[in-house]
Amino acid sequence: MSLLKYESQQREPLVAGNKDYHQVTEDIISPIEMKPSRLWYIGFYISVGLLLFGAYSVYREVTYGIGQWNLNKTIGWGWDITNFVWWVGIGHAGTLISAILLLFRQGWRTGVNRAAEAMTIFAVMCAGQFPIWHMGRVWMAFFVLPYPNSRGPLWVNFNSPLLWDVFAISTYFTVSLLFWYSGLLPDLATVRDRAKTKLRKLLYGVASFGWTGSTKHWQRHESLSLVLAGLSTPLVLSVHTIVSFDFATSIVPGWHTTIFPPYFVAGAVFSGFAMVQTLLIVVRKVMGLQDYITLGHIEAMNKVIVLTGSIVGCAYLTELFIAWYGQNPYEWYAFSQNRANLFSPYGWSYWLMMFCNVVSPQLFWSRKLRRNITVTFFMSIVVNIGMWYERFVIIVTSIYRDFLPSSWSTYYSPSIWEIGFYLGTFGLFFTCFFLFAKYFPVVAVAEIKSILKTSGENYKVKMTDIEKSDSEKFYVDEVEHGH
Amino acid sequence: MAGGIKKFVVGSFDDEAVLFPAVKNVRKAGYKIHDVYTPFPVHGLDHAMGLRETSIHTAGFIYAITGTTTALTFMSWVFTKDWPLNIGGKPHFALPAWVPITFELTVLFSAVGMVLTFCYLCQLSPFVKKHHFHARATDDLFVMAIECTEKTDDAELQSFLQKAGATEINIQHAETGWWIGRYDREQKLYRDEKGY
Repeated sequence: MSLLKYESQQREPLVAGNKDYHQVTEDIISPIEMKPSRLWYIGFYISVGLLLFGAYSVYREVTYGIGQWNLNKTIGWGWDITNFVWWVGIGHAGTLISAILLLFRQGWRTGVNRAAEAMTIFAVMCAGQFPIWHMGRVWMAFFVLPYPNSRGPLWVNFNSPLLWDVFAISTYFTVSLLFWYSGLLPDLATVRDRAKTKLRKLLYGVASFGWTGSTKHWQRHESLSLVLAGLSTPLVLSVHTIVSFDFATSIVPGWHTTIFPPYFVAGAVFSGFAMVQTLLIVVRKVMGLQDYITLGHIEAMNKVIVLTGSIVGCAYLTELFIAWYGQNPYEWYAFSQNRANLFSPYGWSYWLMMFCNVVSPQLFWSRKLRRNITVTFFMSIVVNIGMWYERFVIIVTSIYRDFLPSSWSTYYSPSIWEIGFYLGTFGLFFTCFFLFAKYFPVVAVAEIKSILKTSGENYKVKMTDIEKSDSEKFYVDEVEHGH
Repeated sequence: MAGGIKKFVVGSFDDEAVLFPAVKNVRKAGYKIHDVYTPFPVHGLDHAMGLRETSIHTAGFIYAITGTTTALTFMSWVFTKDWPLNIGGKPHFALPAWVPITFELTVLFSAVGMVLTFCYLCQLSPFVKKHHFHARATDDLFVMAIECTEKTDDAELQSFLQKAGATEINIQHAETGWWIGRYDREQKLYRDEKGY
């Protein structure tokens, strides 16, 4: 047995059970080779149904115009931009897990990164729908691109945060996709080499780009992943920073605060991890991956949730304090009346947000609750509701009363087609996720193998024995193979 | 690059702890390792094989600064030369406002460029056909392919591999095209590397 890297015995094993390399392949790849279960079909058809309803809602909006939504004179951004920011936020966990945790050398990332990255990509796809369809005349969407045109050429406004967003989201999507897919190549090659049917051999052969596992290729692959991680780390922070600029660079009371970038990023990570929990708790159960996505993994993510939730809570209180301390009457009105006043039209949403995002995650200070699957699943839903309301509160409560009281709008509630559009993105998200879970390895097989001998349960047990029996020999082994 | 059929002696190992000394011994004995195929990145194997470091990150840096300069020059040209727009009376050359897009393009160019470079260098593309020495090289085996020259004694090499701990040994013929890779060229000889 090789002892490539010493890992403290205090640490929980990341791979449970008695596994060798082949068993890892078997556990993770075999669900791809089997017929999907009835549950999978039910889930998949429900998702497709939602997607179709969403498509019809969008069709109505495109055909009859934005009037199909209940947006009004002061509330120009309602559910659509709320949903946009919410989905982008969810799309932050994957890259955080795969990039930042890679740089921090967090071994537990290997169990969850593949699914989280896939989730990121799908979430960003959903997010992108909202600003695009919100354009109304969507056939003009390409006007956001700076291309030489016959209108001057009249270029886009590079000073506008909305254009920064175009660049940020599209770059984020592209880079996440490349990162995800380059990591998938070796695993798709594993599926290809096990394939029994001709069709599967062909499809996975095409998808795996002819990966062989050559040492030189691995060397480059490692270097590529590391640099992509290094690039994605500031990228993931920049994306939600730039999304927050959509608000923060304006002069609308409640929006023009400098705290927005860090507060949005923390909130994004918070909601993203909640969504990862929601999905993985189901995936590990349905696909029998409890040995790879262990309670330790769930606990680690809950720690991130309680940390980022508390950062978000701090930010809420800070902005409230600064609104008062800054002595700007409009700013203070927006916070004290439009939001914090429970009896104002939208006061309920502010307090719902406060409860879901600030109070409820504090449960996770308890180790017992962090390791409780039912509590975690329930909390992940609560956090996602809370984070949706955060965006709703920021957008709607800031603009429903503007500087001119005579134009204060009537109460805004979404139309069925607005809701349909939102449900449609759920359909898109879950349709993609179901297909991913069926046709792709949901856990990074090669990465699990690379940590198996340091963090696998059976190897850790053996290591304890070696450590105890002959520390001299252990040291020699370590030096011989240590790199 | 020259094609043609080449002969390889292929040995499979089931533990990387056996593989490391085997790589060392094979190289010490003067055989030319064509490549070692592993199911996951085995750290230090590239050094053991005497491969040089990759410089793909340098390429990434070059792509990155290309992105930075592209973004900055383009936006400056548009807003100061081609069509200067008055946006709220702000300066035409609004450098701080261009930071986000400059950053995004830096990352975009670097990431896309690096991935394309990676695919080019490793000859990875959807319809490429390669010779796979062992189907389990992506599962649980570490597969060492040694290229035979006219001087190589196959039988001797096979027994050598057996002694080194290979579980499965065979002889394969593969066409060496541009796709099979010529990484052996960048390997230094073992005695050059260790100085004897």
